[in-house]
Amino acid sequence: MKRFAILAGVWVLLLLAPYWLPLVGGYMTLGTRVLILGLAAMALNYLLGYTGVLSFGHAAYVGLGAYGAGLTIKYLGFGTLQGIAAGVVLGTVAAVVIGPLIMRLRGIYFAMCTIAFGQVFYFIAFRWHSVTGGDDGLGGWKRLPLHFFGYSLELVQDEVAFYYVALAFFAVAVCAMGLLLNSPLGRMQLSIRENEQRARFLGLPIERHVLLAWVISCLFASLAGALYALLNNFADPRILRWDFSGELVIMAVLGGMRSFWGPLLGAAVYVVLQDYLSSITENWMSFIGLFFVLVVMFFPRGVLGVLKRARS
Amino acid sequence: MTQLLLFNVTNGLIIGAFYALMALGLSLILNLSGVINFAHGGFLTLGAYVAYSLSRFVGFWGALIVAPLLTVLLGMAIEAVFIRRLYGKDPLYSLLLTFGLALMFEDLTRFSWGASSLPFVIPEWLASPLSQQMFFLTGYRVFMVAIVIAAVAALFLVLRYTRLGVRIRAGTLDLDTVSSLGINVRGLRSLNFGLGIYLAGLAGVLAAGMLGLQPTMGTALIMPSFIAIIVGGIGSLAGTLFGGLLIGVASGVTTVYFPSASEAVMYIMMGLVLLVRPRGLLGEEGRV
Repeated sequence: MKRFAILAGVWVLLLLAPYWLPLVGGYMTLGTRVLILGLAAMALNYLLGYTGVLSFGHAAYVGLGAYGAGLTIKYLGFGTLQGIAAGVVLGTVAAVVIGPLIMRLRGIYFAMCTIAFGQVFYFIAFRWHSVTGGDDGLGGWKRLPLHFFGYSLELVQDEVAFYYVALAFFAVAVCAMGLLLNSPLGRMQLSIRENEQRARFLGLPIERHVLLAWVISCLFASLAGALYALLNNFADPRILRWDFSGELVIMAVLGGMRSFWGPLLGAAVYVVLQDYLSSITENWMSFIGLFFVLVVMFFPRGVLGVLKRARS
Repeated sequence: MTQLLLFNVTNGLIIGAFYALMALGLSLILNLSGVINFAHGGFLTLGAYVAYSLSRFVGFWGALIVAPLLTVLLGMAIEAVFIRRLYGKDPLYSLLLTFGLALMFEDLTRFSWGASSLPFVIPEWLASPLSQQMFFLTGYRVFMVAIVIAAVAALFLVLRYTRLGVRIRAGTLDLDTVSSLGINVRGLRSLNFGLGIYLAGLAGVLAAGMLGLQPTMGTALIMPSFIAIIVGGIGSLAGTLFGGLLIGVASGVTTVYFPSASEAVMYIMMGLVLLVRPRGLLGEEGRV
């Protein structure tokens, strides 16, 4: 019953966001950004919080989703939906190729290899100026109207309409992740997090399950990336870089890695804070850095983790 | 063409020496304390900028000696206040913490010394080329390589022959046993951290003399250092050294033929190594 109430509350808040957001001083693009980065952080948390595998390189897959969508829309004339699909395919294929190389590593060594591999794509985007726009990013394209069943949904100017499109994708992705986590597959992933050795002795094919969790996580991360590119009508090389991976991890930690909705809450806090800091000071990077330090020192369980603990 | 190749191989070796110096420090800390020090690049930058400010008062030589030591002091203070509390916890937290520190270092450097690049004055007799034919072989470059070799040799000698070195090596293998033998593990980790930071600070001063100073100079070196560690083999310091030189030369050679792939080649090498030998070229079985 309580779970149902939380679920209903979250969805009502999300569905009504365009109405209450202006009342608290927000604006629509900020709301959409929270939603999309929240999806990316939840996708990361599928691996981080629910399989116990420390990836510090998820920016690569978010970025590939963004570039996949941007490049196909710009050069191949893809529509909005096809562009999103292309981004997801690109990110997922990269995860399938890289995953097996690093599956045998664990813990801090796994983290290190994900960081290093993530940078490959940053350098490709950075160096391949003629196609990707290099450091300037990939601009010069726009999300197109959606056509379905004879209807046409104008997305180019309408920020609210795009929010709802993003929310639809968010809903599908989040439901899929929730169902997966409650399925036998998700339970096995939890058992790997809790005690990998024991799970191995019980005969679970650990590598295969970690790989699967990795690919699922990267798939949803690249979906978030594709949506993010559409939101900005721009693919930014900065979201391929390792600092962005760190931002995703801090969102997950800040909200609470052990709770399903934690990363979304973390993304909301982080995005709003960053937006605010960069509007008042040039040295916002120092404050973000300080924020990382403070979260780790005083708030390692995250908001929802602290709440859970206080209740029990 | 031959000269161009020679130039780039030399260049690659020198850059590789930087990677190695930086990666050795990272590796020391990683092996003993299980912390990936993201802020290592920040310490390098700081060493360079401190040397820049000091050199006005104590000259190049004074700065070369004092700046890395000041960096070590700051490093050990940060270790004592922040990083020490995270030993034994989920490595995620030390990653995030040092990541935050790295952001702060970069931004504060930019704030204090400005975003534009600054020149670092080296003694005149070091700045001139050694021969007409090999115009790229300046005295400074040779001097730099000599310092790096001396530092690496000193590190390996310390690890091999001193009591501290023996304890560090033992702690890398089994910290619990070292602790139960009555050795102060806390102090050991702190000294080891300082040793790693010293190498970063030294690399910073040397890099400043060759490339000038930029707030991002350390961040640019951190990824190649990671690759050096992975390629060389996690847990093996000799591997880290070898890995650094190897990717330096590889990226130097690639610059001759295909400049835009000079970074990508490092990652391709890393992928190949992980594919055929997941523990790295000189890594020991079972460490990963």
